[in-house]
Amino acid sequence: MTGATGYNFAYLDEQTKRMIRRAILKAVAIPGYQVPFGSREMPLPYGWGTGGIQVTAAVIGPDDRLKVIDQGADDTTNAVSIRRFFARTAGVATTERTTEATVIQTRHRIPETPLVEGQILVYQVPIPEPLRWLEPRETETRKMHALADYGAMHVKLYEDIARFGRIATTYDYPVLVNGRYLMRPSPIPKFDNPKMHMNPALQLFGAGREKRIYAVPPYTAVKSLDFEDHPFEVQRWDQACAICGSADSFLDEVVTDDRGGRMYVCSDTDHCTSQQTRKEAAE
Amino acid sequence: MTPLLKVTGLTRMYGNRVGCRDVSFELWPGEVMGIVGESGSGKTTLLSCLSARLEPTAGTVEYDTRAEGLQDIYAMGEPRRRLLMRTDWGIVHQNPRDGLRMGVSAGANVGERLMAVGARHYGEIRAQADEWLRKVEIDGDRIDDLPLTFSGGMLQRLQIARNLVTHPRLVFMDEPTGGLDVSVQARLLDLLRRLVTDLGLAAIVVTHDLAVARLLAHRLMVMRRGEVVETGLTDQVLDDPHHPYTQLLVSSVLQP
Amino acid sequence: MYVAVKGGETAIDNAHRLMAEERRGDPAVPELGLDQIMEQLGLAVDRVMTEGSIHDRELAALAIKQAQGDLVEAIFLLRAYRTTLPRFGGSEPIDTAAMAIRRRISAAFKDLPGGQVLGPTYDYTHRLLDFALAAGAEPEAAVRAGHPLAERMPRVADVLGQEGLIERNPPGNDEPPGDLTRQPLSLPAGRDLRLQNLARGDEGFLLALAYSSQRGYGNTHPFAGEIRLGAVAVEFVPEELGFPIEIGEITVTECQMVNQFKGSKEVPAQFTRGYGLSFGQSERKAMAMALVDRSLRAGELGEEAANPSQDEEFVLAHSDNVEASGFVQHLKLPHYVDFQSELELIRRLRAATPDRETAE
Ligand SMILES: Nc1ncnc2c1ncn2[C@@H]1O[C@H](COP(=O)(O)OP(=O)(O)OP(=O)(O)O)[C@@H](O)[C@H]1O
Ligand SMILES: [Mg+2]
Repeated sequence: MTGATGYNFAYLDEQTKRMIRRAILKAVAIPGYQVPFGSREMPLPYGWGTGGIQVTAAVIGPDDRLKVIDQGADDTTNAVSIRRFFARTAGVATTERTTEATVIQTRHRIPETPLVEGQILVYQVPIPEPLRWLEPRETETRKMHALADYGAMHVKLYEDIARFGRIATTYDYPVLVNGRYLMRPSPIPKFDNPKMHMNPALQLFGAGREKRIYAVPPYTAVKSLDFEDHPFEVQRWDQACAICGSADSFLDEVVTDDRGGRMYVCSDTDHCTSQQTRKEAAE
Repeated sequence: MTPLLKVTGLTRMYGNRVGCRDVSFELWPGEVMGIVGESGSGKTTLLSCLSARLEPTAGTVEYDTRAEGLQDIYAMGEPRRRLLMRTDWGIVHQNPRDGLRMGVSAGANVGERLMAVGARHYGEIRAQADEWLRKVEIDGDRIDDLPLTFSGGMLQRLQIARNLVTHPRLVFMDEPTGGLDVSVQARLLDLLRRLVTDLGLAAIVVTHDLAVARLLAHRLMVMRRGEVVETGLTDQVLDDPHHPYTQLLVSSVLQP
Repeated sequence: MYVAVKGGETAIDNAHRLMAEERRGDPAVPELGLDQIMEQLGLAVDRVMTEGSIHDRELAALAIKQAQGDLVEAIFLLRAYRTTLPRFGGSEPIDTAAMAIRRRISAAFKDLPGGQVLGPTYDYTHRLLDFALAAGAEPEAAVRAGHPLAERMPRVADVLGQEGLIERNPPGNDEPPGDLTRQPLSLPAGRDLRLQNLARGDEGFLLALAYSSQRGYGNTHPFAGEIRLGAVAVEFVPEELGFPIEIGEITVTECQMVNQFKGSKEVPAQFTRGYGLSFGQSERKAMAMALVDRSLRAGELGEEAANPSQDEEFVLAHSDNVEASGFVQHLKLPHYVDFQSELELIRRLRAATPDRETAE
C-alpha cells in the first residue's frame, strides 16, 4: 500500500498530531468538556468532517482498520471520500464491517452493532455548543458551562411540550455527560442517544470549523435531558426493514413511486447486510 | 439577630465622577427599604452594586447566606454569586424586557427559575407557573403566549412572577412602576404590597416617586449626588424631613 | 425486490473526471499557463494570496487555474496546502515606511512630503468595456515621472503622530503575536488576532460591513489617511545567526484610516486609527479591513457598540470564507437520517392534532 507522495502519514505533520492528541487526552480527562484546539485547514471543506478527519488522523496507526459511515452507510459520497483520503494518505486497511473496524468515523449515526472495548468511534461535529441557540455568545456560554448553569436548556424542552405536547427535538438531542457537562451528540437521531451511555468504546468528537474536541470515555454515563413526567424516548417504526426484516434498527424511508409508495430500509448498511446473511444462513 | 444585608462604606466611581459614595446600612429580614432621590443621584448605581451586578470601587456588601451566615458577595466567587441570584434573590428591572426572555412563552419565563434550581417535573412546573400568573393577575389562558403580545403593565407583572416563583428572600426593584400609566401603577403597587407582605419578603426599591416610596417602604434612604443625606422610617422622613434637600424634595411634590 | 443505491465510488470518480473536462473546456482553445495567470490576472492572484495566507504567486496561479477562476475555491486550495508546510518561524515586522513606493495617496492632505503618487489604478478610468482589448490591442506606453520618487515618504499617520493628534500605536509587548492558524480564536481577541483574522477574512464580507458602518450602522468618521502600495523587504532572524537577514521582497497594500474621535473621560479628543494590510495590490480589501478594524475598537474606545461591524464575536466568527463556504455548502451532504426523524415527528404531531379542516 502506498501513501500519497509528499505528505506525512495521515496527511498531518507529527507536531500537529501531537497537539491534537494532547487535546484528546484533555477531553478524555474531562468528559463532555469542549477542548479548544488549533484546528488545521484540511483539503476537505469545512462541514464535510474536517474535525473528525483531524481526530482520526491523530489517533490512527498503520495497523488500524478504518470504517467510515455517513447516514449509517459506507457508500455515501462523503464516506467514500473520507475513507479514500485515509487509504491514500495513511495506507491503512479499510472495512465496511463494524465488528472488524478499530476506528470508525461517522457522520449522523452510531452503528447498530454494539461496539466493544478497544474500538474508537469518531464523530463529525458541525456545531459543538449545546447552548448555542439560547445564547449566541461564546464568552457567555463558556461561563454557563463553567458554572453548570443549564436551567435555560430545559426551557426549550418545556416550550416543546407546552406547544406540541411532547419534546420535539429529534436529532442532536442534548445530553448530560458524567453528570457534569452538557454536550451535543452531533446530529445523530435521538434513536442513537442510548447507545452512548456506558458504551465500552471510546467516543471522540471533532469540530473542525469551530475548533473544538470533546470525548466520552468508555463506560461513561450519558443522560438525555428530559422531564420526569415526559421521559426521554426514542423513535419506533411500525414497519420492519424491507430487506433484512430488522424490527429494531433505524429505518430510512425510500420513496418508490410518485403515488405515495414507500418502503423502509435499514440506515445502517452493514447491519442490514449481516442480518440478511444471518437470515439466509438460518433458512 | 443578623441583618440580611450589611453594607459598609460602599463607593462606586465612574472615572472621576461619583456614582455613589460611602453608603452604609443594614437591611433586616422582611424589611422594605426605599431609595429616593432626583435623577442622577446614584440610585441605580447603588442598586446594581448591592445586587452583585456592578463591582464597587470600595466598600463591602455582605449577605446572610443560608449556609455560612454573612458573606461578602464580591469575595465569594461567581458560581456562588450566580446561585444566589437565581435562588435567594430576585431582580425586577425597570425595563421588563431586560428581565424577561422575550422569545419564549410566559409559562416558560416563570418556570425557568424553577428549572434552574433543579425542577424536572413538567406538570408541576406548569402548575406553579399557572398559579403565579394568577397571583399577578394574568389570565391562565395566556400561559403559552409570548411576552411580545403583552402590555407594559402585564410585562412588569410577568417579570415579578418570574422573580418570586422561587420564593426569594430579597428582591431588588428599580423603578418597578416607571413608565406605566397612573391607574396601572396603582394596581401594580397594590399587588406588590400584598405580595411583599404575604411572602414576608425583604426588598430594596429604587424610585424617584415619593408616593411609591410611602406605599411600599418601611424605611427610606434619601440620596443626593451619590451620597445618602438622610435615612429613617418612611413616615418620619416624609412628614418631618430634616435635611434641606429632603425638605425640598418633599415640598416639590404636590401633596394629595 | 428493492436494492439500495450502490456504486457511490464509481459515480464520484466520474464526477471528478467530468469536472476536469469542464475545466479544460474546448481542447481546441490553447490551455491557460500559470505565467499567463500571474501576468494577466494579477489582481486575482493578489486576492488569493491574501486570503489564502501564502505569498506565492505561482501557487496562487495554480489554485486559480485548478478552481476554474472560482477565487474562494482557490483560496481554499491554498489554505489546505498551507497546512502541510513546515514552519520555520515568524519574520521581523515589515517596515512600510521604508517601502519602495509604486502608489501612494492621501485623502487627508492635498500635498505632503513625497507627494501623491498615483501609480497603477483604475480609479480614474471610465468603466467602458474596451473592445480594442478584446481584439488584442497592445497598451500604450506609460510616461513615468521625470524625477525619481522621494527617498523616504513618511507615513501620514506618523506625520499626525508628531503633533500628538493621533493615538499612538499600542506599544508592542514582548509576547510573540498570536497565530490563528495554530491556536483557535479565543474571545475577546487582542489586536494581533483581530488583524490576522481580518487580513484572512473574505473581501466581500468585510466590504459589506465597512459599507454598513458608513451608512450609519456605527459610523467611524473615517478619512483615508493614506494608502500605499509597493515592495517591502522581509527579514528573518535565523536562530544560528541571531541577527536579521533579508530573505526576499513582497508587494503589499497598506491602508491607514484616520478616524475622528471626540475623546472620553480618560482620553482627550484625537484621531484614532484603523489598519488594513494585504498582499499585492488589494486596495478594496485593505480599506474595508481598516474600516472594520476601527469599528471593532468601539468597545475599547468607550463608544456605543450596537451594530454588526462593531460586534467582535459576530465579525471575527464569520469573516472566513473557507469556513463559511464549507458550512453553507455542507447542506448538500445527505441529511437523510435527521430528515427522517423530523418527518416522523411531523407525522406524529399531525396525527395528534385533529386536522383543522375536518374539525371545522
Ligand atoms: N456607565 C456609566 N458611566 C459613567 N457614568 C455613569 C454611568 N452610569 C451612571 N453614571 C453616572 O453616575 C451618576 C449616578 O447615576 P445613576 O444612574 O445611578 O442615577 P439614578 O439616581 O439612578 O438616576 P435616574 O433616576 O435618572 O435613573 C450620574 O452622574 C450618572 O451620570
Ligand atoms: Mg436609575
